[in-house]
Amino acid sequence: MVPQDLRYTKEHEWVRLEGEIATIGITDYAAEQLGDIVFVELPDIGRAVSKLAAIGVIESVKAVSDLFAPVGGEVVESNAELAGAPELLNSDPFGKGWMLRIKVADAGQLDGLLDAAAYEALTAEA
Amino acid sequence: MAYGPHTNEDRARMLAAIGVESVDDLFADIPPSLRASKLELASPESEAELTVRLRGLASRNRVDLASFLGAGAYRHFTPAVVDQLLLRGEFYTAYTPYQPEISQGTLQTIYEYQSLMAELTGLDVVSASHYDGAAATAEAALMSCRATRRERVLVDRGVHPHYRETLCTYFGGASLVAEEIPLVAEGPAAGTTDLAVLERMLADADRPVAGVVVANPSFLGLLEPMAEVGRLAHAAGALFVAVVEPVSLAVLATPGDYGADIASGEGQSLGLPLSYGGPYLGILACREALVRGIPGRLVGMTTDVDGRRAFVMTLRAREQDIRRDKASSNICTNQALCALAAAMYLAALGPHGLRDVAALGAARAGELESALAAVGAPRLHPGPYLNEFAVRVPAAPAVHARLIERGILAGLPLARVLPDEPSLADALLVCATEVTTPDEIAAFAAALGDELAGAAGRGAAGREAAGREAAR
Repeated sequence: MVPQDLRYTKEHEWVRLEGEIATIGITDYAAEQLGDIVFVELPDIGRAVSKLAAIGVIESVKAVSDLFAPVGGEVVESNAELAGAPELLNSDPFGKGWMLRIKVADAGQLDGLLDAAAYEALTAEA
Repeated sequence: MAYGPHTNEDRARMLAAIGVESVDDLFADIPPSLRASKLELASPESEAELTVRLRGLASRNRVDLASFLGAGAYRHFTPAVVDQLLLRGEFYTAYTPYQPEISQGTLQTIYEYQSLMAELTGLDVVSASHYDGAAATAEAALMSCRATRRERVLVDRGVHPHYRETLCTYFGGASLVAEEIPLVAEGPAAGTTDLAVLERMLADADRPVAGVVVANPSFLGLLEPMAEVGRLAHAAGALFVAVVEPVSLAVLATPGDYGADIASGEGQSLGLPLSYGGPYLGILACREALVRGIPGRLVGMTTDVDGRRAFVMTLRAREQDIRRDKASSNICTNQALCALAAAMYLAALGPHGLRDVAALGAARAGELESALAAVGAPRLHPGPYLNEFAVRVPAAPAVHARLIERGILAGLPLARVLPDEPSLADALLVCATEVTTPDEIAAFAAALGDELAGAAGRGAAGREAAGREAAR
């Protein structure tokens, strides 16, 4: 069961919108598929990103995966803990493993995202 | 694990398992007109006949000359232990085995090679090696572009012309630009990097520089102001790539000392024969911060499930089979045997031995300089050198050819590789190493002296004849 209060993308990322700020991470499904995560590359603070742009990289022992922006806007914060402890993505993907925060330019972009039920259906099919 | 070829029984079993009649059936998709047929080869010879024929071909190589040729590949003495150990079957025929379960020995030797080069360069991370110095330098330049996300690299004209050419080849496919930093034309710094021009080239805010590539010693043998180049590069947000000669690192300041971010170089001097151009050894090293951007294989040390020390290929996610188009490079191999030879050479000599090799070469070079100057071939540049330098010789290419007939390989006529540097048209690039003997130096000086005197004589006679002609 994934957190019910979040929105999800087909690329297995989650979004929590609080006011203008969207906190973004990857789901437990993604983390499990990737395997032990060893390195995370996040965008610089202040960078303008557009929806679906590749903005970072998640590297595991066996694969490298792009991180896509689920919404467009400006990067205002990234999780500094991930530099020293990338394994947080595996152990607590919805909590301490949060990756970055974006100041959303257009909240309407979130309408297209999946709710918890739809995301669960997606991963059940896989 | 047994290493043996497939037998016919093995093949029959495999074919039966996949339900195929013969191996040829597996190639049924390839049109018959495109399938390989008989190769046009000469008829077979016995080992004895072939040996005679190959010896005959080999004897056309001149190996009898007293050589003063350097220019990127150097004569050194390799202790017999290196060649003997290299012949071990586990080393000689194994192709870069990386499975940790069965290759701990090989992985350990690569780890030791990396460690030795890290000590020599003063940097943190060393790759398992690249094809040669030129390829390693090109990769270093590409690294600087990736790390800074900039597209413009400045390459000093003092970097080996072959390396610069290779770098341009690598840059050709990408939208990257390589520009040359000129050399100082005259004065005490003649022949070295023009720092004033470099500073101006770095100052273009619209075209920021990713990396500055300078060699020390330079292709002309001169020592370059590396710390200053590094300072200028970093002030402009560019990375500093140092192209180095490994034996010289035993006595010169290292890339780590003068703040280089990346170091590349040719490892042929470390126990590899000249072999008329290869196989050679590309050395690539960098600071820890750049470890995720360095191409090539990396061997690391860790512990296995039982807590024992173990060696493995590490940081694999950088490589092209995983990162694909986002990988740093397409290299998925290394010069394993050559890197092993280099590691053996360094282990056999030790730091003091290597220092002695460098120091003795420098001493011989000093004797060579004096001997050549005494017969009328002074140095072209005033600055300090280690064991290689350019001397002024009128009609250098012709003199070089005549000296070969006299048994002397008088270095390299610079006009041949740097045709667009008019100041080098009448110059020979010569070097001495620990194997250069005083007799060879004396023979070179005597022969060159003869040639220069003869040319002067011919010159005087020619002027006289021209004078008589004019008077008629």
